[in-house]
Amino acid sequence: TLLSFVLSAALLQHPPLHQTYRFDLSIGHKTADDMALARRSSNLLKPLSTASSSSFLNRRPFSTDDSTTITVETSVPFTGHNCEPPSRSIDTTPKELMTFFTDMALMRRMEIAADSLYKSKLIRGFCHLYDGQEAVSIGMEAAITKKDCIITAYRDHCIFLGRGGTLLESFSELMGRQAGCSRGKGGSMHFYKKDACFFGGHGIVGAQVPLGCGLAFAQKYRKEDHVTFTMYGDGAANQGQLFEALNMAALWDLPAILVCENNHYGMGTAEWRAAKSPAYYKRGDYVPGLKVDGMDAFAVKQACKFAKEHALKNGPIILEMDTYRYHGHSMSDPGSTYRTRDEISGVRQERDPIERIRKLILAHDIATEKELKDIEKLARKEVDEAIAKAKESPMPDDPELFTNVYRKGFGVESFGTDRKEVRATLP
Amino acid sequence: MYNCHRSDRSIDFSHQLLLPASYPHSVFAIIVNHNSFFFLFYPVFQGEKMWGILSQKLGAARGLSSQVVGNYVLRLRLAPSAMPMRHYSSATKEMTVRDALNSALDEEMAADPNVFVMGEEVGEYQGAYKITKGLLDKYGPERVVDTPITEAGFAGIGVGSAYHGLRPVIEFMTFNFSMQAIDHIINSAAKSNYMSAGQINVPIVFRGPNGPAAGVGAQHSQCYGAWYGSVPGLKVLVPYSSEDARGLLKAAIRDPDPVVFLENELLYGETFPISAEALDSSFCLPIGKAKIEREGKDITITAFSKMVGYALKAAEILEKEGINAEVINLRSIRPLDRATINASVRKTNRLVTVEEGFPQHGVGAEICATVVEDSFGYLDAPVERIAGADVPTPYAANLERMAFPQIEDIVRAAKRACYRSVPMAASA
Repeated sequence: TLLSFVLSAALLQHPPLHQTYRFDLSIGHKTADDMALARRSSNLLKPLSTASSSSFLNRRPFSTDDSTTITVETSVPFTGHNCEPPSRSIDTTPKELMTFFTDMALMRRMEIAADSLYKSKLIRGFCHLYDGQEAVSIGMEAAITKKDCIITAYRDHCIFLGRGGTLLESFSELMGRQAGCSRGKGGSMHFYKKDACFFGGHGIVGAQVPLGCGLAFAQKYRKEDHVTFTMYGDGAANQGQLFEALNMAALWDLPAILVCENNHYGMGTAEWRAAKSPAYYKRGDYVPGLKVDGMDAFAVKQACKFAKEHALKNGPIILEMDTYRYHGHSMSDPGSTYRTRDEISGVRQERDPIERIRKLILAHDIATEKELKDIEKLARKEVDEAIAKAKESPMPDDPELFTNVYRKGFGVESFGTDRKEVRATLP
Repeated sequence: MYNCHRSDRSIDFSHQLLLPASYPHSVFAIIVNHNSFFFLFYPVFQGEKMWGILSQKLGAARGLSSQVVGNYVLRLRLAPSAMPMRHYSSATKEMTVRDALNSALDEEMAADPNVFVMGEEVGEYQGAYKITKGLLDKYGPERVVDTPITEAGFAGIGVGSAYHGLRPVIEFMTFNFSMQAIDHIINSAAKSNYMSAGQINVPIVFRGPNGPAAGVGAQHSQCYGAWYGSVPGLKVLVPYSSEDARGLLKAAIRDPDPVVFLENELLYGETFPISAEALDSSFCLPIGKAKIEREGKDITITAFSKMVGYALKAAEILEKEGINAEVINLRSIRPLDRATINASVRKTNRLVTVEEGFPQHGVGAEICATVVEDSFGYLDAPVERIAGADVPTPYAANLERMAFPQIEDIVRAAKRACYRSVPMAASA
């Protein structure tokens, strides 16, 4: 039973659970700069422990073993361009397998719940869902630290979660509430978590790639031993600014890893209709590339580990993650006008990332079917509780319209729609 | 009070004090000690215009407010006439705008290792307009970065590095090319602090020459003050003199928000007197404060960048005709110093706005609207706008001359606002 599961976990030698146990849905201080925010919505904020492991659910007390090594093979070998691909054998532990499963189940649940929230009009505007692509976020986080930077486009909810964001911050932001990670002022496409080096959350297709190369530039400038993963889709892969940035990254040996999440459709346009050469891992020309099965979290992990080592020594590398999104491009796209339902269900059956991990766990006897189902139920419960709490969070107060226009406003005046009616002094 | 956090001398550089600004005027000051008495030597020579730097402490020492002392010294001024620039060379320093910008960059790079310069030809070529001359030798290629001709790419890289805490100074060879990178300036830089609710600020400066040069044609002559000035989240600065250039560039580099710094190619080589204060490495000017270059009581003329010089010359011509013009050097398009402009219009009751940019939705339009909203009752005449012609810039010299404001345009508009012009003939 779940209870025994939990109890047995408590009995094992585990790092002490933080006070915020798994049912705690509070959000942490976003940055030191946001102390004012903390004061403003204090009843919703509690300090979060500094996450030491890559899993945002590290406080979960699963009875998993950290020392037994299990060797798994990736579904397909890697294909390299201008580089020797890494081995397809990867070592892992039961704990990591369980963590992958749990985290992906939570991400999947979050995205499904966001779908219903959007349909009940609690989420407005844009909502781009990541279900199907969870392995990319999870595998990447397993290979890197929170000092390595990640920047992505608008399909960012799960990346945010992977970086340590909480469900409450996510749902609140989606619904435009104060407890949101951007205090309700950003929305679905503008999640940020600077203290975990997650730089958004960008709405302009392709713009995040030069920005990511800029993050890498700063890391090199400061002689840090960290890298930047700058993520984009197959649609953005044809953007000119990507090649401009890649050229400079290669010229200056920046530790930039360009990750193309190729879900094969740029909005409604299939890759073969948009790109003369859809081999995105080869598009860097002189820049090495690796093609990775993006539905296999271990392949992603191995590739990211390989890429990080490469980038620190030799400059940029492109990773093409062959992945798939079950939803349409966004909530206003049914996702079935440009692809068949058979294709979608086929991928779900053959390549689903969570199913893959489930099979591995069962095959290695790390947990039972029931236990895994219970974890999924727990994820659902967590998500429901987070949504309930997020719904309680108020919308931003009216003066928030004028906050954060500048970091330093010099007391300058700003205006509402009717300037004789509404004026504000920017702090 | 301003963002000169490194200065340990607080000197009030509000427009009420006198600062040597345009080059016909000269400065003579003796500093007794840093605790300050600045003695003003009233010239024996007739017609010599004298300016001085007043320290607040001078006024305080004599029990006068700086405003009173400032006004006192103002009244000592004589009417300008054609006269030699300098009789007293010992304490007067001069500097070209180019050197002012170069020295400001140099000092800020020396003071903060996070500041770096990036752009086309900024390094080995010593700068397309030599603004970054000598910096590569001094700071090395890691801090003075030559880029390929890819504005969207390197502007984005600059903004990304600013996300991570560096303080880039991105040079556009001219702001015409900034249009290739404008998405990064606006969507990636200006809006980030707001969208992230304060998590991600972007301490970046985008600088370069703006507006027309001489005969460079339509694609190389546009003024972007109005475009960038309309974007919340940006600060837009427009220096005129060397002191402006130094003070505003330093303020921009130290500012935690994205700043668009619009220079002018034709001003780079112009020399201006510069005070000892301005030469100090901790000097900076406040962002969002205009400067009254010339006080007057009959009409207000607002201008920025090169047009300040034109406005001052127009003011001299108007003076001969008995119109005493007040010239405001905007210094900052965003934030716009509405308080100074309105106070001036309330004093003079007439306004001419001058700019080189396209007239529709221009800076002058915003100034006119703001004056009409806040000081309508004080206006004795409609606001006059002098702007670039509503055409792409032609190449032929005579047409180009017609495309941009000339001194006579400013004079004519001022006279119109004073109801001293011949009425326009009715159109046939």
